[in-house]
Amino acid sequence: MSEANAFHSRHRAAETAISVSSVWKVFGEGAARFRSRPPAERTAEALSRDHLTGAVQDASFDIGRGEVFVIMGLSGSGKSTLLRCLTRLIEPTEGHITFGGQDILKLGEKALADLRRRRMGMVFQHFALLPNRTVLGNIAFPLEMQGIDRARAEARARELVALVGLSGRETRLPTQLSGGQQQRVGIARSLATNPEFWFLDEPFSALDPLIRTDLQDEVLRLQREQSRTAVFVTHDLDEAIRLADRIAIMENGRIIQIGTPEELVTRPATDYVRRFVAKVPPARVIRVASLMRRESIASAAMSVPAEATVSEVAAQIVASAGPIAVTDKAGRTLGSLDRQTALETLAAL
Amino acid sequence: MAEISTPPTQHRLSRAGLAALLALGAIAVACVVLPLGAAGTPEAPALPIAVWVDVAMNWIVRDASLFGIAFSDLTRALATAAQWPIEVMQKVLAEGWVSGAGFNKRQVLPPASWLGVTLAASLLAWRLAGLRLGLFAAMSGIYLATFGLWTSAMMTLSSVLFCVLASLSLGLVLGIRAHRSPGIEPAVRAVMNIMQTVPTFSYLLPTLLLFGYGPSAALFATVAYAMPPMVHATVIALQSVPSDTLDLARMTGCSRRQTLWKVELPVAMPRLAIGLNQVVMMTLNMVIIASMIGAGGLGYDVLRALRRLDFGAAFEAGMAIVVLAVLLDRLTQALARQQSAGNGRGRAQRTWVVGLALILVPSVLSLFVPALALWPEAWTLSVAAPLNDAVSYINQQFYDPLEAIRTTVLLYVMNPIRDALQLLPWPLVIAATALGGWRLGGGRTAATVVVLGLFIVVTGYWSAAMGSLYLTLLSVILALAIGFPFGIWVAGRTRLQAGVQLFLDTLQTLPTLVYLLPAVMLFRNGDFSALIAILSYAVAPAVRYGIDGMLHVPSERIEAAAMSGCSRWQTFRHVRLPGALPTLLLGVNQTVMMALSMLVIAALVGTRELGQNVFTALSQGMAGPGIVAGLCVAALALIIDTILKAAAARATQSEGNSHV
Repeated sequence: MSEANAFHSRHRAAETAISVSSVWKVFGEGAARFRSRPPAERTAEALSRDHLTGAVQDASFDIGRGEVFVIMGLSGSGKSTLLRCLTRLIEPTEGHITFGGQDILKLGEKALADLRRRRMGMVFQHFALLPNRTVLGNIAFPLEMQGIDRARAEARARELVALVGLSGRETRLPTQLSGGQQQRVGIARSLATNPEFWFLDEPFSALDPLIRTDLQDEVLRLQREQSRTAVFVTHDLDEAIRLADRIAIMENGRIIQIGTPEELVTRPATDYVRRFVAKVPPARVIRVASLMRRESIASAAMSVPAEATVSEVAAQIVASAGPIAVTDKAGRTLGSLDRQTALETLAAL
Repeated sequence: MAEISTPPTQHRLSRAGLAALLALGAIAVACVVLPLGAAGTPEAPALPIAVWVDVAMNWIVRDASLFGIAFSDLTRALATAAQWPIEVMQKVLAEGWVSGAGFNKRQVLPPASWLGVTLAASLLAWRLAGLRLGLFAAMSGIYLATFGLWTSAMMTLSSVLFCVLASLSLGLVLGIRAHRSPGIEPAVRAVMNIMQTVPTFSYLLPTLLLFGYGPSAALFATVAYAMPPMVHATVIALQSVPSDTLDLARMTGCSRRQTLWKVELPVAMPRLAIGLNQVVMMTLNMVIIASMIGAGGLGYDVLRALRRLDFGAAFEAGMAIVVLAVLLDRLTQALARQQSAGNGRGRAQRTWVVGLALILVPSVLSLFVPALALWPEAWTLSVAAPLNDAVSYINQQFYDPLEAIRTTVLLYVMNPIRDALQLLPWPLVIAATALGGWRLGGGRTAATVVVLGLFIVVTGYWSAAMGSLYLTLLSVILALAIGFPFGIWVAGRTRLQAGVQLFLDTLQTLPTLVYLLPAVMLFRNGDFSALIAILSYAVAPAVRYGIDGMLHVPSERIEAAAMSGCSRWQTFRHVRLPGALPTLLLGVNQTVMMALSMLVIAALVGTRELGQNVFTALSQGMAGPGIVAGLCVAALALIIDTILKAAAARATQSEGNSHV
């Protein structure tokens, strides 16, 4: 887990991969005239008065290269619509979306298809496997659509089969696989073209809890091996906390807070967010660095890494008798951790 | 909640109902008081719609032209163009290549050997559906060959193959079109719904005029009849492709063509295969009927035998239709199952090669061994003689009881009902029906009833329509009285279900003509035989929906009933029956539709109603009356359909669920 959350500190300052500014998606009759609305007429009340649905309202955020950005909300909050706006599977009503500085809303049909083919991969909630193709055929599908010859496509597909742990099942058909295995195929297919941008639309919500955890680990592992800019949609807060560098919480089409898991738990922006995160034990998200005092101590009994969450180092904190040193990745001491404070954080619910 | 909200609604309804009842009474009084000419049963059409249709058809056939080419030339050319593939298929399967005519007739090439075709069909059946169907295919082939039915069966089969290919490709193209432009889809569906209620014979008329007498005209009618379900199935199948999958196609940058061929069609394949099954079965039914007007084949054999009162021969040809129907049905169903299971490849190629070899080797050998080309006439088996003896024995021995049943039912049940319906003034019948429609489904339903009812009145077919109604109602009531209790009884017995379902499936695959045989054998021509035939055709859906209705009552409700200490009867009366009601009502609807579609076939045994009008018009080549009478059957069907659907919707609303 520490590795996953480490992205946050590492990538926050990194270059922007995806930039979203003032994106709206409005459904309903007369949505076409939305652009001419003055800002004062763009409230939820004004929209519903005119029988419009603001599925995504004024969304703005930047995603750093290699970051895992989770969009979270309950059903109907607009999270899937927002994801589909990013890939233009749904055409946004208004706003700007740039990928690596290129405004994708200005792309023509062909350039867009090319962008999706070469630089994007997507995992779907209900897997979207083609029932007439084998595991190998499904994974090779995006490559075939690009016109890559069969032998090369299959060779690449075989690599991916191994990558997601399905070796030996290459010739199975989707109906002969369990749900978890099917989504492994979905993941492998989304990575077939080795995309820079990875979109995952509630990929695990149709799976059993245990399988879900396995696949979350799989995503973490894949991100460790080769970090991609990932946008992950979920309604499961646990999943969001496990995977996210940052989380955007949506409610009724609006993003009401964007932050690291720690920020959401310790500084919720609204009551809604507070109720949402109320069940999360603070120790799971609060990092050692946040509790650290910037004073060095002469004789530390032991040391813990600054990036770890408190619960990850719980055993050491409980076992230590004396002061605890906090170190960075290189092992340099950054400060100290007060055992009492740490224990209080651990005990808090 | 319900307790509180019910009284005011009921009050309002009963007040409106009272007003409507008064109106009804007024109409009834008016009917009696006014001279019959105004309100009685019009025998002559008020509007000569049939004549107009005739004129329009004649204009199309004689004068209409497109870009200077006469329309009829166009259609005849089309017919000639279609003639070629049909003839090739018939030559390959049934007749062989022949040179010369009359005494100089000499067979240049024999048709595909019966042994070869049987072996190949068995291999296909075995591969697709397992050993049992393979054996069944082999026995069917042997039956057809040894009973001298091979050539007729192959004539029928080649027509079926041609029509299925045409319906399939046209249906796919139209379905894809309709799916892509959502504006068209409702219009297509409306047209299809009407087309499916118009009796089969009505399709034959315009095609005969447009395409000329000949086998291809009948086949065009068949395609027109069997294509709609394929269009429908295609639209449904494409709509069933999950949105995630379509998103995948876009995310992988598929072109339109790639999306269609690589994503949409493969994903939709299981449902398309179900459509194929429907198309095949409808085609077979229609081909059998069409063969009666001279296309040749098994249907013609049955009809010819019936005219000679040779029940044994009719039975043999009828059985040939049965085995063909069952075989085609099981094969296409197996194909659909295999498609939805997702495996359909692998050894397919080898099977094709072996199958082709199986046809070719005996066919080449048949050049030297004539018995392989066609089973020698001298060896032909027949059970016709003993069967005829059996039938006449039964008719002699049981003449009195059979005749007593027939006469009693005719005199004391059927005729009075028919007379009563035909005597009732039409305004009263329409008003009463409209009132019922209004209570069940509101103004729209009532308006539909009135418009369609008036159409029947105006065209002058009211009396005939009442004749159809009485036959339909009587057979439906009997079918339900037999079917529902039996279905409900079977639903409680898990072990019986599979067997009954298989039996019902088989019953429903049989072409309509087959149902006439036993009735005519025992009860000769007339309304009573028609009743028996319609009843036996319509009983299958009644049983099926009886089973379905019972099975789809949520088990939790039954558990709740058990926990409340309900007795078996209480559970049935208060939980199962109300829960099954929407499904049962749909079952009534389905039974009515089946009965109506059988009417026209039943006309063959001499009924007096719309079906007879269609049939007579067909035999006399009168397009106008035939088409209009056919439309009247459709109108009748739509009236009943509208009312029963409204009733089912109502039951569903109060019930809160239905599996349909």
